[in-house]
Amino acid sequence: MNGAHDMGGVHGFGPVEPEPNEPVFHAPWERRAFAITVAMGATGEWNIDMSRFARENRSPADYLAKSYYELWLAGLEALLAERRLVSAEELAARRALGEPRPVKQILAAHDVDRVLSRGTVAAREPNAPARFKAGDRVRARNMHPSGHTRLPRYVRGRVGTVERVRGCHVFPDSNAAGTGEQPQWLYAVQFASRELWGASGDPKLKVSVDAWEPYLEPA
Amino acid sequence: MSPIHKIEPRDHAHEHGSELSETELRVRALETVLTQKGYVDPAALDRLIETYETKVGPRNGARVVARAWSNPEYLEWLRQDPTAAIAVMGFAGRQSEHMLALENTPQVHNMVVCTLCSCYPWAVLGLPPVWYKSAPYRSRAVVDARGVLREFGLKLPEETEIRVWDSTAEVRYLVVPMRPAGTEGWSEEKLAALVTRDSMIGTGLPKSPAEVS
Repeated sequence: MNGAHDMGGVHGFGPVEPEPNEPVFHAPWERRAFAITVAMGATGEWNIDMSRFARENRSPADYLAKSYYELWLAGLEALLAERRLVSAEELAARRALGEPRPVKQILAAHDVDRVLSRGTVAAREPNAPARFKAGDRVRARNMHPSGHTRLPRYVRGRVGTVERVRGCHVFPDSNAAGTGEQPQWLYAVQFASRELWGASGDPKLKVSVDAWEPYLEPA
Repeated sequence: MSPIHKIEPRDHAHEHGSELSETELRVRALETVLTQKGYVDPAALDRLIETYETKVGPRNGARVVARAWSNPEYLEWLRQDPTAAIAVMGFAGRQSEHMLALENTPQVHNMVVCTLCSCYPWAVLGLPPVWYKSAPYRSRAVVDARGVLREFGLKLPEETEIRVWDSTAEVRYLVVPMRPAGTEGWSEEKLAALVTRDSMIGTGLPKSPAEVS
């Protein structure tokens, strides 16, 4: 979706403010919001692309008004409500009402290290040859899906060069929509700054994105 | 509450010793309901927090960089199969499943961003700093990289090419900065002390030998 999360090239946000000796979390509630989000992700009731979409799928004003972990919290609440795991009434009452629906798995304390160190591999065996190879000129499609996509707006319609074929990976657009992994070839595509930003672009800047094959066409 | 374009909110309610904020109440309510329903194990939550507050962090990545600086065979492995070369040091898994090492040279400086959210190599660098997740960094890294670097106090020569890597897929990046001069014969451990988090994102350089001795 063309949401406020797609920030590349947007003006007006001001300077970057590095924080000396920054703590991992800035408030006790951030710790808990982080942990319940990761733990609920481990239930297998949704995938990472669904959780990204749940965070970005809101009005630009709402997205920009929320802090980072407030977005995580809002995304989690949306996923839990959609799947009827936690209702608004339960949140208001601050207690469980009614019998829980069983979930696929529950993350136990003794499994945390194993689950984290295993991660979730996105690479899949290809079932078709790659359409592009390193050195090919490609154009990022001028596409504007209303659902989840990982093609940033600032490269759409622009011509770049395939730097490297990364392999075949789960396709976020379909995975977020619940229509399956539909693995696609993934490419590192490099764009010259002036192709992206016009004459004012830094001539010594190049920007790469990782783009799935359906995002690209020959140039 | 501070929005995403500023630094993360402080815990105002706690600072003033007053009642809990609305967000704190929501998180508490959610954790209570999830626990009562048996969906989360509170001990697992504690373990997750402990892991990212005390076990996983940029010292992991610093050890990878120090080994790459001092061991040519390891560097070659890191180039050929970065995920395996990093995993052998014990750093693998969540948000580091598909790693790529980006080597800085006198001609090319690499810098990593996620314009769409906050993708970052957790197992290698820990959780990302607030500035990395913030709107100013996400909006400007891909268009005004040199200006962003200046805000970090880093002024690169005009002729240095900057390559920005937007983490749009599950590939995660580790910048391998150039080894500082005057470190010949240093141990991996001593070298690792020079490697800062920001130097592995590309918004900083390693410390100089004078800064650690």
